[in-house]
Amino acid sequence: MTETQETKGGSPSRRALIGWGGAGLALGAAAAGGAMAMAEVGNDVDPAAADMGGAVEFHGAHQAGIATPVQDRLHFAAFDVKTDDRAEFVQMLKDWTEAARRMTAGRPVGEGAYGGLAEAPPDDTGEALGLKPSRLTLTIGFGPSLFDKFGLHGRRPAALADLPAFPGDNLDRARTGGDLCVQACADDPQVAVHAIRNLARIGFGKVAVRWSQLGFGKTSSTTPGAQTPRNLFGFKDGTRNIAGTESDRLKKHVWVGDGDGGDGDAWMTGGSYLVARRIRMNIETWDRTPLQEQEDIFGRDKGEGAPVGKAKEHDKPFLKAMKPDAHVRLAHPDSNGGITILRRGYSFTDGTDGLGRLDAGLFFLAYQRDVREGFIPLQRRLSAHDALNEYIQHVGSAVFAVPPGVRDSGDWWGRALFSKEA
Amino acid sequence: MRAVRLTVTAAATAAALTALPACTAKSDAKDGDAIRVTAADSTCKTSTKSVPAGQVTLKIENTGSRATEVEILFPDDRIVSEKENIGPGTKYTLTAEVKAGAYEIACRPGMKGHGVRQKLTVTGGGTSAERDPKLDKAVADYRQYVQDQADATLPLAETFVKAVKDGDVDAAKKAYAPSRLGWERTEPVAESFGDIDPKVDIRKPDLEAGQKWTGWHRLEQALWEDKKVGAEEKTLADRLLADLKDWQKRVGKAEITPTSMANGAKELLDEVAKGKVTGEEEFYSHTDLVDFKGNVEGAQKAYELLRPVAAKNDPALAKELDKQFAALGTLLDKYRSDKDSYDFVTYDKVGKEQQKELSDAVNALAEPLSKLAATVVK
Repeated sequence: MTETQETKGGSPSRRALIGWGGAGLALGAAAAGGAMAMAEVGNDVDPAAADMGGAVEFHGAHQAGIATPVQDRLHFAAFDVKTDDRAEFVQMLKDWTEAARRMTAGRPVGEGAYGGLAEAPPDDTGEALGLKPSRLTLTIGFGPSLFDKFGLHGRRPAALADLPAFPGDNLDRARTGGDLCVQACADDPQVAVHAIRNLARIGFGKVAVRWSQLGFGKTSSTTPGAQTPRNLFGFKDGTRNIAGTESDRLKKHVWVGDGDGGDGDAWMTGGSYLVARRIRMNIETWDRTPLQEQEDIFGRDKGEGAPVGKAKEHDKPFLKAMKPDAHVRLAHPDSNGGITILRRGYSFTDGTDGLGRLDAGLFFLAYQRDVREGFIPLQRRLSAHDALNEYIQHVGSAVFAVPPGVRDSGDWWGRALFSKEA
Repeated sequence: MRAVRLTVTAAATAAALTALPACTAKSDAKDGDAIRVTAADSTCKTSTKSVPAGQVTLKIENTGSRATEVEILFPDDRIVSEKENIGPGTKYTLTAEVKAGAYEIACRPGMKGHGVRQKLTVTGGGTSAERDPKLDKAVADYRQYVQDQADATLPLAETFVKAVKDGDVDAAKKAYAPSRLGWERTEPVAESFGDIDPKVDIRKPDLEAGQKWTGWHRLEQALWEDKKVGAEEKTLADRLLADLKDWQKRVGKAEITPTSMANGAKELLDEVAKGKVTGEEEFYSHTDLVDFKGNVEGAQKAYELLRPVAAKNDPALAKELDKQFAALGTLLDKYRSDKDSYDFVTYDKVGKEQQKELSDAVNALAEPLSKLAATVVK
């Protein structure tokens, strides 16, 4: 858990607009442009797309789902590769891309969920029918182990470093690693789950889900000036996150630049590196902690989220006023030679743990230009000194190279890596 | 073992589905031949009592105040085709391919009970749909396979039953899994009868209130958990044998179509995915992998018989199915030392990661297998 800045942007009413999407309300060329695209319903344009229930453009120089304003819900899945046939795997990536293109636009995959051959199961599973695109983004990443397959040895970027063992880690193998991942974010949880479910189905025989994680509440914001959503400790954390509009900071800290890592890593230009950590919170012991101690641990007040001695959440913190082991002080870029990562984590609760305790915490997601200069040094420091460590445990971990965006309708996820000449 | 209710629906669906491709081509032209069914709260009116064999269309209207269900039934109440949950004031068109014979149309207001029945006579010489002779051969060969499996099961079941009746727990345990193989290979066909499966293959958690627990799994519990057999078990062993003889006698007459074969193959993999991969099926004996193998062999047999047609209609699908059947077979072989024996590792020795590997392999096969039915009737 590090430094971020978050949003509670006007979240859209989820299904309120369904009734009047579609015929008769085509707005033609109105609006669109920028990151938000208009969603199509049949051949008409859905006016709901103009608000936050609409569609996020799938194509672009960077994959959506990183700098995109953070959606409310998450379904994240890590996959293992089950085939050793490179052509078959590449075909699956193409099929996934096409399905992602359709789903992010609010359309069903393939021939849809009904109306097809009666003897065949429908291509689409159907539970997202009638739901808005809900700003669904699908973001793919390639894990270090993928580079042991398909003759990709030598293509692995050095910036995709294996994470070292940090003090206090208690990683569950079944929640760690993965040859590839897909991050599905949407404002409607059913839309996010539908997306992962359908990609997993398309992938059967080629890939298998290794683990997956649902996130029910965003804990960070990439929208400037917005309030930071609280984590399950009840605190705002990471209020200085990189905003989706701060192209300078994105360029400096998030996007892989031209020339980063040399010619061999050129396929990653415009991409990013993702660290995912399942951080279990000891909710019950935290809740028994006195308010003063809670505030000292974070280095903020609980009500406003202002740094120690300050009045407002976004006031510049005076780090020396905080205890040496306060979370904000340790995680702040000023304490780490300027290290900055883009946080996109979600609160999770997977029920209870069998001992009556909430199995809950933060599913931490952070994007950065180089893992060796982002999460690793930051977590080295936090894992050694953070007062919060008494209340958290890292139980799952993965790292992925997130390739650049799919440029157009002829492009596909991973093309630059898998094309012969690239 | 699956729930009876599901079984009936699955069989009915399979029967109904064979009709549909023809229907799309013909339905408009043949609109005048449709049977109009007016389903009300206490009546069920049909516009005709007799139609020629082949494509039969029911134009259903629910004029009652409750949701209804309309079915075409064989004389033994097996469902030819059905539509559930037709809301008040709504219409639905149901089509099915029906051979000559005596049938009933049932309206079930409120979707339960015996319903209101009307006779329906279907005239003429069997089905009018032209079927690929290769598919007819596949069905005939599969029917023979099903019968062979039942015939071969009987002596194995007799060995098992004798050991139980002799009170020889060790011999009974040894004979238990082999006695189930033929059943596991052809389970969807047996299940299409509805009444045999709950007698011979029901698991304890699936019992309904007041239902007596009989069959293999009841004896499995006695042998592995109680480690003894008493008078009750000996009686149940006799009953198991009687029920299996009933199965052997009837199974050859089951309604089998290319679609039901293909769906049956997929259902066998569903059985594996739901009960065997989780170790629920053989909760006491942990002989799940023997059932697993039987299910896969049965699915593979149905597929191989349909393969000539599948390979012609969708070569890529056939190639994928060949590959995934082979992969699952290879994976299963890791759990037995002798490929000619059915002596598999017990499932309590199969670790979580191995179970995941098996589950992934089942998904990898079952997903393309779910496309087989549509491919063979294309």
